[in-house]
Amino acid sequence: MAEQILMKGNEAIAEAAVRAGCRFFAGYPITPQNEIPEYMARRLWEVGGAFIQAESEVSAVNMVYGAAGAGARAMTSSSSPGISLKQEGISYMAGAELPALVVNMVRAGPGLGGIQPAQGDYFQATKGGGHGDYRMVVFVPASVQEAIDLVGEAFEIAERYRNPVMILGDAVLGQMMEPVTLPEPVDLSKIPQKTWATTGTGGARTPNVINSLYLDAELCEKHNFKLQEKYRQMAEREVRFEELNVDDADIILTAYGTSARVAVSAMKRARAEGLKVGMIRPITAWPFPYEPFRKASERVKAFLDVEMSAGQMIEDVRLAVQDRAPIFFYNRMGGMVPTPKAVLEEIRKIEGSLERDGLGGRLRA
Amino acid sequence: MSTKVFERPRALSDVIFHYCPGCTHGIIHRLVAEAIDELGVQDKTIGVASVGCSVLAYNYFNVDFQQAAHGRAPAVATGIKRSLPDRIVFTYQGDGDLASIGTAEIVHAAMRGEKITVIFVNNAIYGMTGGQMAPTTLVGQSTTTSPGGRRPERAGRPIRMSEMLSQLEGAAYIARVSMHNAAQVARAKQAIKKAFQTQVDGKGFAMVEVLSTCPTNWGMTPNEALEWLEENMVPVYPLGEFKTEPGLPGPSAVGATTPTREVKTE
Repeated sequence: MAEQILMKGNEAIAEAAVRAGCRFFAGYPITPQNEIPEYMARRLWEVGGAFIQAESEVSAVNMVYGAAGAGARAMTSSSSPGISLKQEGISYMAGAELPALVVNMVRAGPGLGGIQPAQGDYFQATKGGGHGDYRMVVFVPASVQEAIDLVGEAFEIAERYRNPVMILGDAVLGQMMEPVTLPEPVDLSKIPQKTWATTGTGGARTPNVINSLYLDAELCEKHNFKLQEKYRQMAEREVRFEELNVDDADIILTAYGTSARVAVSAMKRARAEGLKVGMIRPITAWPFPYEPFRKASERVKAFLDVEMSAGQMIEDVRLAVQDRAPIFFYNRMGGMVPTPKAVLEEIRKIEGSLERDGLGGRLRA
Repeated sequence: MSTKVFERPRALSDVIFHYCPGCTHGIIHRLVAEAIDELGVQDKTIGVASVGCSVLAYNYFNVDFQQAAHGRAPAVATGIKRSLPDRIVFTYQGDGDLASIGTAEIVHAAMRGEKITVIFVNNAIYGMTGGQMAPTTLVGQSTTTSPGGRRPERAGRPIRMSEMLSQLEGAAYIARVSMHNAAQVARAKQAIKKAFQTQVDGKGFAMVEVLSTCPTNWGMTPNEALEWLEENMVPVYPLGEFKTEPGLPGPSAVGATTPTREVKTE
C-alpha cells in the first residue's frame, strides 16, 4: 500500500490532478485557492505540461477551453468571485462539449464577501451559473482524501461525457492538512483517444471544429436535445452519496463538504446520548441523490439540513422529501463554520419537539 | 493545352461566404489561406474564430478550428499552442472583438510572447450586430450608437492597437495593411505571410491589422467604401510595419524545460 503523507488540500488536489494526467493549468490568484496555481507553477513543467498565470479568470477559463479542445487534460481553479467570472467559459465548454476540471474553493459572498469558508455557491454550481441550459457533475468532497480520489474520476467523467466537471470545496478543504494516500500516476497513453480534438488534420482527416454556435434554430434545438440526453445519462449514472446510521434513524442529518464533517461529529455525540440520528451526505451536488432522501422520508421522523449558506441544498432536499417529513435547517454564513455542539443542540430541540408532537407528528421547519 | 494559373487555395474550403457584397473579409480569408498553403502548414494549422462577422470562419478554412467566446480568441489560442507547441495557431478577430471586449486577452498574449498569429480586421464598426460604434470608429463617423458622428467628449478617440502592441517586448511582428486597392492587397499578403513565418520560426507574437470596409453598415457602395477607407481611415491608422525585430524569447515549448522527476512532498 502506498505511503500516507500529510498534505494541504489545495496542494493535494493539484498533485492528484497531475497524477490523473492533467497537463495544462491556467488560473489567476485568489484566496483561498492560491496553493493550487502555486503548486502547478512548479510541478506541471516537470511532467511536460504547461502552467499559465492568466491576466484574469475569464482568460484562464478560455485558455482551458483551448487546451481541452486541443486534447489536453486541462483544469483551472478559483474561488467564488473568480468562479463567477469563469461562468462564461463553463457555459461555452458545455456548449462546445469540452472536458475540463474546474475547482471552486468557496469563500463567503456575495460580492467580495470574505475569504473564510462558505457554501453559498451551491446554486451557481448546480443550477446553471452560466447562461443556457446545461449541467455539469459537481463533486462535494468532505475530506482531502476524498477530494483527491475524485480528481481522477472527475477527469474521466469529463471526458466520457465531453463536459466540464466541478469540484466544489471551500476554504477549509483547501487550507487544512490531512494525511492522504496519493493515487498512482495514470499512463497517458492509456487515456482514450480524442478523435474530435483540434490537433491539426495531419492530412489524414477532414477538419475538426470545436464550436457552440448553431444559428439555425432547428439545429440549435437538436444540439440542445443531444446535450439534455447526455445530462440525463449523467443524472442516472453519476450520483454519489454516503449513508451513515440511516437504517434505524429517527432524524436524518444532511450536509455536504465541511458542514458534513461537523454534522458527522454531531451525529456521533447524539448517538452517544442514545438519540437515533443518521446522515445522508451527498458526494455529488449534481446530480443530487434524490432517491436516498425519498426512501428515508417514508420512514424517518425529521430531517435536519446543515449548511454554510442561507439554505441552498435544502431546495433539493425538499424536492426529494416533499411533505413526507419535516425538514429543519441550521446554518451559519459569511465565513462562520457551525460547531458540532450547536448542531447537537438543534438535534436535541428537534427530538424534543417530536416528543411533544407524539413522535412522528408532521412538523414544519 | 491550357495551364491552370489560378485556383482556390487548398486551405480555403469550397463553400460560399455569407459576407455582404463588397465586404473585404473574403479577400483577407484568401490571403490567409494562401499564406498557409505557401508555408506548407495546412495539416498542422488550428484556427480560432472570434465573435463578429467572421464568427463562421470555421466553415471557410480547410483546417481544424475552434470557435471562441467574444474577445477570448487569444486566450483560446494560448491554450491550444501551449498544449501543441509544434502546431501553427492563428486567430481571426474583428475590431470589436480584439480592440474592445478582448483588449486584456490580446495585450497579455502579446506580453507573454505567445507564438501565435493574429489577423485583426479593422473596419471601424460593429458589423454583425448592425453598425454600432467600435473603439476604432473615427471621430465624426456616424454609427447607430454614435448618431451624428463619434464625438470625442462623449466617446473618446480611436484606439490604435498596432502602435500599442508594438511597445510590448513579446511582440515579434506587428504590421498594419489595407484592402483599399490591389497594390495594398498584395502588400497585405506579404505581411500576413510574414506573420505566419514568424510563428513557423518560433519568434513570438505576430499580428497583422488589416484595414477593411463595411459597405453595408457604412451605407456605401463597395467602391465608395474602398475610397472612404483610403481617404479617412488610412490617415488615422498609418500603414506599415511597426515591429519586425524578433521579440524576446517567448514562452518555452511544452516539455522543453526540466526533465520529469518524482514529486517531493515534505
